[in-house]
Amino acid sequence: MKKILFLALVLPCAAYAAVGHVKLDKAPIDYRDAVSIQRGAQVFVNYCLNCHGAQYMRYNRLMALGLTEQQIRDNLLFGPGKVGDTMTVATRARDAKEWFGVAPPDLSVVARSRGADWLYTYLRSYYRDDKTATGWNNLVFPNVGMPHVLWQLQGQQVLEVKEADGPHGKQSVTEVVLAEPGALAPIEYNRLVADLVNYLVFMGEPERASRVRIGYIVLIAVGVLFVLFYLLKREYWKDVH
Amino acid sequence: MTRTQALLDWIDARFPLSSLWKEHLSEYYAPKNFNFWYYFGSLAVLVLVIQIISGIFLTMNYKPDAAQAFGSVEYIMRDVPGGWLIRYIHSTGASMFFVVVYLHMFRGLLYGSYRKPRELLWLVGVLIYLCMMAEAFFGYLLPWGQMSYWGAQVIVNLFAAVPIIGEDLAVWIRGDYVISDATLNRFFAFHVIAIPLVLLALVVVHIMALHEVGSNNPDGIEIKKKKDASGRPLDGIAFHPYYTVKDMVGVAVFLAVFSIVVFFAPEVGGYFLEYNNFIPADPLKTPQHIAPVWYFTPYYAMLRAVPAFLGTQFWGVLVMGAAVLIFFFLPWLDRSPVRSIRYKGAYYRIALALFVLSFVVLGWLGTQPTDFLGKLGSTDMAVILARLFTVVYFAFFLLMPWYSRIDRTRPEPERVTG
Repeated sequence: MKKILFLALVLPCAAYAAVGHVKLDKAPIDYRDAVSIQRGAQVFVNYCLNCHGAQYMRYNRLMALGLTEQQIRDNLLFGPGKVGDTMTVATRARDAKEWFGVAPPDLSVVARSRGADWLYTYLRSYYRDDKTATGWNNLVFPNVGMPHVLWQLQGQQVLEVKEADGPHGKQSVTEVVLAEPGALAPIEYNRLVADLVNYLVFMGEPERASRVRIGYIVLIAVGVLFVLFYLLKREYWKDVH
Repeated sequence: MTRTQALLDWIDARFPLSSLWKEHLSEYYAPKNFNFWYYFGSLAVLVLVIQIISGIFLTMNYKPDAAQAFGSVEYIMRDVPGGWLIRYIHSTGASMFFVVVYLHMFRGLLYGSYRKPRELLWLVGVLIYLCMMAEAFFGYLLPWGQMSYWGAQVIVNLFAAVPIIGEDLAVWIRGDYVISDATLNRFFAFHVIAIPLVLLALVVVHIMALHEVGSNNPDGIEIKKKKDASGRPLDGIAFHPYYTVKDMVGVAVFLAVFSIVVFFAPEVGGYFLEYNNFIPADPLKTPQHIAPVWYFTPYYAMLRAVPAFLGTQFWGVLVMGAAVLIFFFLPWLDRSPVRSIRYKGAYYRIALALFVLSFVVLGWLGTQPTDFLGKLGSTDMAVILARLFTVVYFAFFLLMPWYSRIDRTRPEPERVTG
């Protein structure tokens, strides 16, 4: 009896530890790829923005990606909002908490706290799990409150435990495999998630592109300053022996 | 008499402008052999100015209110024109202040700049360092992210560990039973006015003390001992123009490094801006791993390394406090007949190298969770390492009266060398 109690107490932790530390895939994104970010914005407003808000992100920020106000209004802004508004949701936090057990966090700066690689891996690591309330679980975020919103696109994955050669001999490796294909082929789904992550990164710091651009100009100016100061110093120090 | 001269005379009759200029710039004689390490004093002043100016602009849009603070920072980052630049300058400046001051302090250790007659100069410098720590600590709460909140929680709890009065002391500091809006408001007051005033005053005192005794130099000898007929030190050159133009070169290099951080890597991999601080403060959710910003991590590693004893964690707090305060005693711990490492022997060189190593290793350990290196027996490997290097850190100071006296030194030169 004691042994069972011990196992019951320890095993879930062990399982958590095993799936909690997943090797993250590198997100194949480029902050200069405006088209990818535009596609990501569309995925975001269609799939994420129903429950998650982005209360610090204004719709008209997307004009930096080459979109016009009219395009934003027609394609990305649902409901009566204005393009100068921030991306808030109609879902009430209290309702969401009742449905999912936790209020969906605001995603304005999620890419800055989680990192692009985490998001990219997380959104591709959902699997079917009958033991959770939503029927979904996630390798990267065990017992996550959010169901797999993109499942119709990705299809359904299941958890599979395999034996593999590790550094300490045979090890069991937990993997997710696609059991039932969705509307998109895996490569298309990966592309879609990458676009979405690219958008989330953009949303985390919309000024990034101008930051880098100004940075080059500043560095050149500082370089010129350095040369001038150096020549000035050399001139003055001629008489120091 | 030209008009400018007339104006100057008019001012000089009412305010000591010319004499101040002479005393502190054009006729302040600094040794001519300053090297790389001597840039960091003027750079520290530059960073202080950068922090004050960028800080003033941040306060124009920042809201010291628990419900609005996090959002107002994002507002600055997005909706205030140029706000992101000001904010990154301020966050980068905070870390760069410590980079520059740590190098400045290391210079003091290299060349014995704390030795007689510069003890007071050193003491004021350590006070400035303490002020900077307070300033950084108060300022870090303001973005109201998870690390702001829980970092402040950890530090305030240090005071709660003080025997008998601890709990009351912690409540008095927070102004509440938890870190809250009241805490944020008072920390804002300390960060934007109280500490900066003290800091500025101390910097003025530091520079006045420096100009009274004159600068040390890499040879650690007094240039005032050898003067020419007019009373100028033979190895001295006027601070202005020689060191003003030289420091400007340092400023340009520094600004290049500063700009690379601000424009291309403002987070510096989570070291200057911690990733978890982009999650709004949540009093109900303790992060798994709480780490201060890098400049505090050596002390944080010490704090975690000291085990509880007699049912209290207070010993860790004591060790941490002692690690900072021990700098005050340095001028009286060094018994070497020479000042500079150039003429000190192997003992001091080894001791200083070990000290720097311990500071860096402790700093690295402090950024990591304690279990990240696995266990040795029943204790975390990282904790064992931290204990070892804490001992090394203190040994540098406490054994100094002994090893500095028996160290085999070489004779100092009469005049400064290159």
